Amino acid sequence: MASIPTHASVVVVGAGIVGNSLVHHLAKLGWTDIVQVDKGPLPNPGGSTGHASNFIFPVDHSREITDLTADSVRQYKELGVFTESGGFEVARTPERMQELRRRMASARAWGIESHLVTPEEVVEKVPFLDPEVIVGAFWSPGVGVVDSVGAGTMMREGAQESGALTVSANTEVTGIDVEDGQVVRVHTNKGTIETDKILVACGVWSPRIAAMAGAAIPLTPAVHQMISVGPVPQLAERPGEISFPIVRDMDTYCYERQHGSDMEIGSYAHRAILHEPDEIPSIEAAKLSPTEMPFTDDDFDPQLEQALELMPDVLSNPDVEIRYAINGLLSLTPDGAPILGESPQVKGLWSAAAVWVKEGPGVGRAVAEWMTHGCPEIDVQNADIARFHPHQRTREHVRARTSEAFIKTYGIVHPGEQWTSDRNVRLSPMHSRQKELGAEFFEVAGWERPQWYSSNAKLVEEFGERVMDRSAEWDSRWWSPIINAEHLAMRERAGLVDLSSFVIFDVFGPAALDAVQSIVLAQMDVTIGRVVYTPVLDETGGFRSDLTIMRLAHDRFRVVTGAAHGMVDVKWFADRLPETGAQIADLTSSFTTIGLWGPRARDILSQVTTADISHEGFKFGTARTIEIGSLTVLASRISYVGDLGWELYIPMESGLRLWDMLTEAGQSHGLVPVGLGVYGTTGRIEKGYRAFGAELDSERTVIEVGMARPKVKSQNFVGRDAHLRHREEDPKAVLCSLTVDDLTSSTGEKRYMLGGEPIVSANGDPLVDGHGHNPYVTSAGSAPSLGKHILMAFLPPAEAVLGNQLQVVYMEEFYPVTVASVDATPLFDPTNECIRR
Amino acid sequence: MDILVCIKRVPDISGRITLDDSATDIDDRSLGHTMSAHEECAVELAIQTAADTSGSVTVLTLGPAEAVEQLRAAVAVGAKDGILIETDDLSAFGPEDIASIIGDIVRDRAEQGQTFDLVLLGNDAADTGDFQVGIRLAYDLDYPVLTGISTLHAVEGAGAGDAGAGGPGSGGPGVEARGIGPSGTEIFSLELPAVIAVQEGGVDPRYPSITGRMKAKKARITEYDAPEPGTGNPRIGLELPPETTSSVTILGEGPDAAPALVDILEEIGVIRS
Repeated sequence: MASIPTHASVVVVGAGIVGNSLVHHLAKLGWTDIVQVDKGPLPNPGGSTGHASNFIFPVDHSREITDLTADSVRQYKELGVFTESGGFEVARTPERMQELRRRMASARAWGIESHLVTPEEVVEKVPFLDPEVIVGAFWSPGVGVVDSVGAGTMMREGAQESGALTVSANTEVTGIDVEDGQVVRVHTNKGTIETDKILVACGVWSPRIAAMAGAAIPLTPAVHQMISVGPVPQLAERPGEISFPIVRDMDTYCYERQHGSDMEIGSYAHRAILHEPDEIPSIEAAKLSPTEMPFTDDDFDPQLEQALELMPDVLSNPDVEIRYAINGLLSLTPDGAPILGESPQVKGLWSAAAVWVKEGPGVGRAVAEWMTHGCPEIDVQNADIARFHPHQRTREHVRARTSEAFIKTYGIVHPGEQWTSDRNVRLSPMHSRQKELGAEFFEVAGWERPQWYSSNAKLVEEFGERVMDRSAEWDSRWWSPIINAEHLAMRERAGLVDLSSFVIFDVFGPAALDAVQSIVLAQMDVTIGRVVYTPVLDETGGFRSDLTIMRLAHDRFRVVTGAAHGMVDVKWFADRLPETGAQIADLTSSFTTIGLWGPRARDILSQVTTADISHEGFKFGTARTIEIGSLTVLASRISYVGDLGWELYIPMESGLRLWDMLTEAGQSHGLVPVGLGVYGTTGRIEKGYRAFGAELDSERTVIEVGMARPKVKSQNFVGRDAHLRHREEDPKAVLCSLTVDDLTSSTGEKRYMLGGEPIVSANGDPLVDGHGHNPYVTSAGSAPSLGKHILMAFLPPAEAVLGNQLQVVYMEEFYPVTVASVDATPLFDPTNECIRR
Repeated sequence: MDILVCIKRVPDISGRITLDDSATDIDDRSLGHTMSAHEECAVELAIQTAADTSGSVTVLTLGPAEAVEQLRAAVAVGAKDGILIETDDLSAFGPEDIASIIGDIVRDRAEQGQTFDLVLLGNDAADTGDFQVGIRLAYDLDYPVLTGISTLHAVEGAGAGDAGAGGPGSGGPGVEARGIGPSGTEIFSLELPAVIAVQEGGVDPRYPSITGRMKAKKARITEYDAPEPGTGNPRIGLELPPETTSSVTILGEGPDAAPALVDILEEIGVIRS
């Protein structure tokens, strides 16, 4: 029996496209003593790479996935395994044509050549397609196929030849030892390896390996059905593996891809068929390979009919036989994103899972960079394994959400679309009241958050035209004019906002100040009771987060951050604490937060407290404990909506009491409950407040987003050197707010952009910033106080000029826009008088 | 010529076999299902023969409701319709029971005016390997029977005995069938009706076309409930054969390996020294 090394700098589990890319990039970045194991034989160990259809469509609505795909294509091309074929996404319905117009927006925004074409233009390139069946198509000339097994083999063998890597095939991981929360060794059927890092890159088996260390990689094996038919005379006429463009039949959720003289037909239309990682057959017991499960004909039969409609000449030929049919296993995650990075549960346990062939090499590079110097060049925040809240790691949640999501693989997914499965997991103490008020709940991180309240429908009448109602179905889906009415009521009177979903954690101990000081950009050596809003940077000076920190005591800081990204922040802080002297306590489930804002906020609060809450007695940017009735409340005078008011922190069990007291006190002042539609969009966008994940990510600098402070603190902090460098350079892009000057479309209907749309010059030419990126809308929303629709976008510095006239492209129509802010100056209340009154 | 082909839903095995907890059946949880390879050939021979004689093919199975998948698979490649005799407990039925059930169906159909000229089966089932049902069915129907047949074609005027010696036999429709016997190819000429058990190897079963598969979806499947088992299944259990281990010896690399390779080739008699 071949022996394996007894020590390794990292053990990479898996020799599919992801594991192979990883060992290549790790070796390239200088790693040595890498050991790669796979329980299967090489070069095809039997995972999902081995049966992948291997085609790549470059445009995705997600910038992160598009960038990873583009990087992967570049790498495949360098390895000489990419064959360009071009590809069509065909539409059978008007709804799909609208979606393809939206896809054009993503293509323009990410700078990828694409065109909308007629059925006749499709038939020119794919003569065996029936043009009567389709209404149009989205043409991507850059679509192609790759040899993912070949590419992986070259990358793996290259790393071996460099001496950095030892590969052991037919080697199964049987256990992982963890000591004091840290991986220390990996057991295999061929011996034990001492190591402090294991990198799990084994696709559908990843949860099984992670579980050996007591950690979760929340993905599920799921079936994607594929058949191969042939021989097709029309395909055999041309040489090579692929000479006809690939066709995605979007409305039937399937694709047709030439493979020599055969046609592969794949489907995402069938019921979600999920498997358990522990029940995937062994290599010996599998008929073909472990991830090529027995085909279930019944699930595929409807697809055959639809494929026949689209390509009757090819597929009705009785000599064209179904020669290969599998239920191929691939990995699905509850939110559809890959799972990358170091587990928050076990130090040294890294994941690179739920990755498709089209992203494989890009992910390999990103994770290798992450392991080497802490931050990948491409921002992969949406894929960070640390993003999962505990309930999101459960088998039940994974099954529920992936079952729901499977049909969306080729579906038309609205950016505001809500999940229907596994809801009501986390309820605020005010939930029952909110239900009585007819709240429309949106879910984030398991929390049910009111987006708007139907009890406020009467406000729509009150404010009339000012609510900027939307007539286009797409623009108004997952939206209500009530949001804008609530906004106006808050601006004129007062609003009450449930902010229970905040992730809250304390950094405490004698070294707490040094700890937070070294992690965040802002000066944290402030007086007790100060509230500091601060960026959190990575080593390259890009954003890792933005959050608020309250100094509660000389040795205690309370960090408040958003629900979606909060778990990543917890890990980011925990990883950077000194070895002794500072600790973290997650208090998310201990406190609920109620926001009270608007010109009447002080009047309302003063009715229930005797504390001095005057402008002078309770200054902006401070927090302190006050008594409200018999409740002890931590009040913090800040605002993300741009009005006078407080965030009120109270133990969960008293949240309902506080809500009721404020509601009652507010009655005579016109207080209304206000949903997250205001808090997250309209309120913040009028004020130009940036949001992490939209405007802020690791590829953006503090300078570019206009958040630089006059001085940089003298104390060191993560990203300080890079930040100082950025301050000396001219920014490559500038975050601006733009107003849409005319929302009227060619049909006369007013249209409202939702985000993601490209910004082009006044005569329609593309713009390119200093990074080589095209500008696109990072956030869009109504500004009811201004009667405008506002967009935020990073513009090339030369275009970031007040009054500059540009255009936004929405559904392939051009609308005039004007640059209205180039330096984070709010469009509403530029001098912040409303906050400081 | 109207032909009945009897098929069985069996686990699709090509890797390591495991038994269920009772050790009376194969653990098929992670396996797909198919019909036995012999039966695939029987279906193919039936389709070819029927096509040559403007006849039709009906497929029959005894098994669980899911066995309809195997019937439809046969329809997808050219059978006309199917008969499902449904039971949740196939293991209760021994070969004698199954032969008797098929015999009853053949007689019933004949009474209703549908005469099967030929009944094809696989030589033995891929999972149980009893080699019983064909012969017992022929006995039950009082038909002649051939086993181990791998090719088949229709002839006008067949007779018992050597087709070449006595010329045309009784003159009725018949088949010429071939199989590999102990001393070479055996050729039979057979009058109809008859029972033939097919051995794989003589024909390549076709794959379904897309239109065939769509036809299969809509095909008529007649369903019956299985009668009470009679003699039952005498099988006590299954045992896995001892695992055969194979080992690989690397002879060397490049030209250095040549002498060792020559030794091996001599040892196994491929070349002489």
